[in-house]
Amino acid sequence: MVVKQISIFLENKSGRLAEVTSILGDNGIDISALSLADTTNFGILRLIVNDPDKAETVLRENGFTTSVTSVTAIGVKDEPGGLAAALRVLKDAGIEIEYMYAFVSKKDDEALVILKTGNLEKTAEVLSSGGISVLSAEEVYDL
Amino acid sequence: MLYWNQSRECMPREEMQKLQSERLIKTVKRMYHNVPFYRARMQEKGIEPGDIKGIEDLSKLPFTYKQDLRDNYPFGTFAAPMSEIVRVHASSGTTGKKTVVGYTRSDIERWSEVMARTLVSAGATKESVIQVAYGYGLFTGGLGVHYGAERLGASVIPISGGNTRLQVEIMKDFGTTILACTPSYALYMAEELEEAGIKLSELKLKAGVFGAEPWSEAMRNEIERRLGIMAIDIYGLSEVIGPGVASECPCKCGLHIQEDHFLPEIIDPETEEVLPPGSKGELVFTTITKEGMPLIRYRTRDLSSLDYSTCECGRTLVRMSKVTGRTDDMLIIRGVNVFPSQIESVLLEMGETAPHYQIIVDRVSNLDIMEVWVEMTPAMFSDEVKRIEDLERTLRKRIEDTLGINVQVRLVEPKSIERSQGKAKRVIDKRKI
Repeated sequence: MVVKQISIFLENKSGRLAEVTSILGDNGIDISALSLADTTNFGILRLIVNDPDKAETVLRENGFTTSVTSVTAIGVKDEPGGLAAALRVLKDAGIEIEYMYAFVSKKDDEALVILKTGNLEKTAEVLSSGGISVLSAEEVYDL
Repeated sequence: MLYWNQSRECMPREEMQKLQSERLIKTVKRMYHNVPFYRARMQEKGIEPGDIKGIEDLSKLPFTYKQDLRDNYPFGTFAAPMSEIVRVHASSGTTGKKTVVGYTRSDIERWSEVMARTLVSAGATKESVIQVAYGYGLFTGGLGVHYGAERLGASVIPISGGNTRLQVEIMKDFGTTILACTPSYALYMAEELEEAGIKLSELKLKAGVFGAEPWSEAMRNEIERRLGIMAIDIYGLSEVIGPGVASECPCKCGLHIQEDHFLPEIIDPETEEVLPPGSKGELVFTTITKEGMPLIRYRTRDLSSLDYSTCECGRTLVRMSKVTGRTDDMLIIRGVNVFPSQIESVLLEMGETAPHYQIIVDRVSNLDIMEVWVEMTPAMFSDEVKRIEDLERTLRKRIEDTLGINVQVRLVEPKSIERSQGKAKRVIDKRKI
């Protein structure tokens, strides 16, 4: 149930994002989801890719500072209130979300959401028993 | 009033040398008997106090280094018992620990004496109103000038540094005639005066005694023009006594060293050989009247040269040229001594190895600013913005606590700091001094 996410430290300089994505492209790594958290001086690029270990290796070889974090991926109904239903389950269980981002799925009626919480196991458990679909790593990497 | 102590300041060379010799002999005895580290150093060289018969024997004595003060932190280099020490001051050391100095009651009197001479050479009298905008506290600047001004009988405004709007208001309302601060702060005050709409004609300012950081002739001209005053360069370092070691006279042709108290030499910093007058090299001081913490042949790391010719002002005191640089990597930021190694020691606390870093120094609106760029390492990195911002804050706070000045910390990507021959260039100083 645990999905590996790669985070990359980027300075706010032009061309850095292009650099990262071309390194991944040149190495045949497919990005399935992406989010960029930015501040005045730096940004953190978070990626879900089809081969996290290889992605981390090639990025480090190219001098980037990276880290691998475990996150949870869920599928929510692509309709009004779909995301709210999932978040309510977490709120009721007292689980706080550190950050989250959404991306499209190949299925028409489902949106995918990546969540970072303090306790992954409990998050997956609470969501599953709340009727929310938690995705496996393979399902997410292959998107 | 031309001089504060004419008999000393205009003393014929022969008499001065005789006085210096007597005082040196006494100081060497005091050090040998009271300061174990220096006695050991003399014994290593096979020298006894009796071997020193006058200033001609000075070069036989071993040097004292800043590291010695650190090794004997805090009071191990004192030559008087704590019951006789009435004051301690401290300045930044190379790796966090401060360099501590101690004064006996008569040291404070001597310090007031040399500082009074300094102020008089800038034109001060007992009618003067002296605004002391050097920091008060462990730093010697504020209290050093303060005691000299009181000795002279001038009126002292002990305002210390900072709060520039108040500085310029008081300057106008109290009729300050002499300003004492760092030269960059003087320029900052000139700007504040303009902003506050205070005209030079509303001020009584006549002169300024500026020091504690390097400054150029161009900067002097700018200060003199914008404040309408005579700007005098003063030199001092806490290890020797603080401000008052040397100062310019109105001729502005070198800084007269108060050599009846502080014996100067110029050496080649590599070979440690004494160089003849006029040669450029490292300035070395021997204090010959201090009791609390005398220093013999103290390596200042400041580059200068000595001129023994009599000055137009009538003083016979030897003149040192304006300090043009350092033989080590010490930086002076807003009058505060900063060593790159201090920043390295803070960074080392963050992990097993210190990340690459670079110090960027610049002068913006006449104030020194310092940025520390730190390369992000996997150990410091997190996927959460909050944690990285916390890290930035922690680093900034620890560096500020260590250095005692404000800094900006910027986290940068690995390998983004330029390296020459594999070694990072630690300091980029963009100031045009």
